[in-house]
Amino acid sequence: MRYFPLVWSTLWRRKARTVFTLASIAVAFLLYGALSMIGYALTHPGGANGADKLITINKYSITLPLPIAATQQIAAVPGVEVVTWLTWFGGYYQDPKNFVFALPVDPDSYLALHAGEYTIDPQQLQTFKNSRTGTLVSADLAKKFGWKVGDKIPIHSTIWTQGNGSLDWVFDMVGTFTAPDPTMRGQISTMLLFHYKYFDEARSFGKGTIGWFEEKVADPNQSAAIADAIDARFANSTNETKTQPAKDFAMSFLKQYGDIGFILRAILGAVFFALLFLTGNTMMQSVRERIPELAVLKTLGFSDTGVLALVLAESALLCVLAAVVGLLLSLGFLPLFRSALQGVELTPVAVLPGLAIAVVLALIVGTPPALRALRLDVVDALSGH
Amino acid sequence: MSDNIVSMRDVVKTYRRGKQTVEVLHHLSLDIAQGEFVALMGPSGSGKTTLLNLIGGLDRPTSGEVTVAGSRLDRMGSGALARWRADHVGFVFQFYNLMPMLNAERNVELPLLLTHLGKARRRQNVAAALQLVGIADRAKHKPAELSGGQAQRVAIARAIVADPALLVCDEPTGDLDRKAAGEVLTLLQQLNREHGKTVVLVTHDPRAAEYAQRQLHLDKGQLVEQAAAAA
Repeated sequence: MRYFPLVWSTLWRRKARTVFTLASIAVAFLLYGALSMIGYALTHPGGANGADKLITINKYSITLPLPIAATQQIAAVPGVEVVTWLTWFGGYYQDPKNFVFALPVDPDSYLALHAGEYTIDPQQLQTFKNSRTGTLVSADLAKKFGWKVGDKIPIHSTIWTQGNGSLDWVFDMVGTFTAPDPTMRGQISTMLLFHYKYFDEARSFGKGTIGWFEEKVADPNQSAAIADAIDARFANSTNETKTQPAKDFAMSFLKQYGDIGFILRAILGAVFFALLFLTGNTMMQSVRERIPELAVLKTLGFSDTGVLALVLAESALLCVLAAVVGLLLSLGFLPLFRSALQGVELTPVAVLPGLAIAVVLALIVGTPPALRALRLDVVDALSGH
Repeated sequence: MSDNIVSMRDVVKTYRRGKQTVEVLHHLSLDIAQGEFVALMGPSGSGKTTLLNLIGGLDRPTSGEVTVAGSRLDRMGSGALARWRADHVGFVFQFYNLMPMLNAERNVELPLLLTHLGKARRRQNVAAALQLVGIADRAKHKPAELSGGQAQRVAIARAIVADPALLVCDEPTGDLDRKAAGEVLTLLQQLNREHGKTVVLVTHDPRAAEYAQRQLHLDKGQLVEQAAAAA
């Protein structure tokens, strides 16, 4: 610590340059932090997607439907405790920006499968079950749009037309729900539940079909065997299925958009590659300007390795300080990301790897100037050669 | 000769300049007694600074023996020389060579960072050194906020703060007006007389050399004349 004031003041020798370099690195780490958290959230879905849940989709594409009649066959597979069915509605409220995760559900089986995951007022739940066009809305979503019980909620579907050709569906809000688990609360923050029965009756096509089945198994250790057993039931039929753990399903759903991890790594790789040149050049320039000062330090008795360590420490201080700023900023943006990536929970997973990257960056950009300082000949430097 | 702090025997120093080898010091021998104030004079290119660098352990001879403060500097590696410099010698340069981003106090503290002294003790020693050179009231000022004479006093405080036996001064008044130069030379004389520091001063200025007890004249890498000064 005794050398810290020396390293710190050296870092601020050229304030403007240090501020700009620091800002560049901080922005790179802000991007790193943000993309890492988003990438992690997208590739590690948790919460409701527990180990005891399976998802069954059409073997050939999630966009191809399955018949609701398959429910009984799946329920008959040993080890399946509960089975429910869901369909992608593709909804939004008033504006496509206002995404609403509207799900047509069978209330009894859906809530049995997700027992304990939602907090719903029993009276409101009963009202919902008794209604035809009723809807239960996430408390966060209701708060966001100012909806109240008794309101009529118009949701526009990007897929499903009604018999009259309209894409606009109107539901009667009968209650709200939330989740005791904070992660789960993030995931359901845009959710709106309504009756599959109403949906199936009112839609103009696809009647009697569903998007995917969700199963709860009695023993999570038997998940793979149960998944195989479900798929075996539909083998060589017109509706062959693919059953997988809910977590894998979420990931494969995202892979429709490409290899998210690769895309994020490619972006970050390009950013840090550019940063290497920028910071490396700054450090070289900084040391070049300070040759006489480094020579004086050696004159006073600082060893060659001591001067090397001072330059590396300066590089580390710059990079780590900037990384901390950037990562803190990315954490500061968490609420914004949460809002943009509705339903996806973000965790500050990038902090420790980010700091490790900062240290590696510091070593890479600091080593060439540090070696130059190490090799500096005092006599030549003092005489201006 | 045990009272000699500097003893040089048959010292040769050559440099390579491009394809040429230039011999700067030619078989030079020199003794400087403990507590002496010596002025090294001579024309440009005569080898004064090279000789000073050898005495101060900044450079090693091509051949010959250099013994300073009991250590054979010609046999030391760069790491050992660095440690030796920290323990035995203080440097004063023509252009002060202070760290521009550190205030006077922090500049003076630099040599003490290499010691085992704690922070409080370092602060005490720094304050004492600044007091000794008469610049304590400028302790918090950065070099750019100091006059040339004040900056050189800070540099002298830095040179003496670790209490070295030897001060090597390369044209310390070369950048100062006459008044400031006189004050700096008086300070060096005071450090020599009252604190027993051995001072080796390189200068072009005969008036500055008069502050020394002995003047050595170098020409073309050889000592050509030694004279006892009036001071």
